[in-house]
Amino acid sequence: MLAGDWLIVIASSVLVIFLFQHLWSHEHATTVQIRLDDTVYGTYSLNQQRDIHVNGTLGKATISIINGKARFSQSPCHNQYCVHQGWLSRSGQAAICLPNQLSLELIGETKHYDSLNY
Amino acid sequence: MQINTTINDHRIAKLAAFAIALHMLEAVIPSPLPGVKPGIANIVTLYVLFKYDFSSAAWVSMLRVFASSLLLGQFLSPTFILSLAGALLSLCVLWLSMHLPRKYFGAVSLSILAAFAHIAGQLMIVRLWLIPHASVAYLIPIFALAALFFGVINGLITHQLLNNNLETKLENKTDSASSTAT
Repeated sequence: MLAGDWLIVIASSVLVIFLFQHLWSHEHATTVQIRLDDTVYGTYSLNQQRDIHVNGTLGKATISIINGKARFSQSPCHNQYCVHQGWLSRSGQAAICLPNQLSLELIGETKHYDSLNY
Repeated sequence: MQINTTINDHRIAKLAAFAIALHMLEAVIPSPLPGVKPGIANIVTLYVLFKYDFSSAAWVSMLRVFASSLLLGQFLSPTFILSLAGALLSLCVLWLSMHLPRKYFGAVSLSILAAFAHIAGQLMIVRLWLIPHASVAYLIPIFALAALFFGVINGLITHQLLNNNLETKLENKTDSASSTAT
């Protein structure tokens, strides 16, 4: 191993650690934002137990909130990808239902890099 | 039909065959996560780059990608496209990084950089084409860690092979084998 090799090893180790810290944030979300088409339908606290019914492009979808988690629990869409995605609890997580034009995004105390609007 | 071949062509073919064999070997090793692979065939690419030149390394790498995919029945499948994207980007990075001073940056440096380029190329294809969804981001740290780990190991192996002058030994062996065959 040459001097430069060590430099590359250290630099890439730092990069890997940075990636883990940045992309594997385990910060719990506090609110869920529901978007219909390209407008914000509503923002709800995750600190409650509630089912929200939203009329999407295809029909009525149900979004459940329980103890800091949120999910699509029922959707009129054909492929049901959004429902199969299950519970979301970390800040920055999102579930998107393209056919019904609905999306959930979990928001924490500090908003992370926004993959939906980026 | 007669194709005029040079010694260089033969050497590339021999080394590419060796890379393909390593690729085949790797294809049967189960992987804990799809996409996390040691990439031992890249040892040959690196070895050729150091021992000969960039164009030989590019030939060996590309021949390996195409021939292996044909052998595994993956030609033009997503797996092949991923493999090709990774190989192309890592060749680009190798071309850039081979201009680094050789005195300080050896096989390990180039191996790590090439490994990172490899996963970067693959993840780009995954993100743009196969899974156009942000959840891919969760896999990036794992791939990066694997790239670092296997990059170091492959680099050390290449370094060792370059010092051992493996190819002359291999050539002697194949020469004696072909002389006994005739």
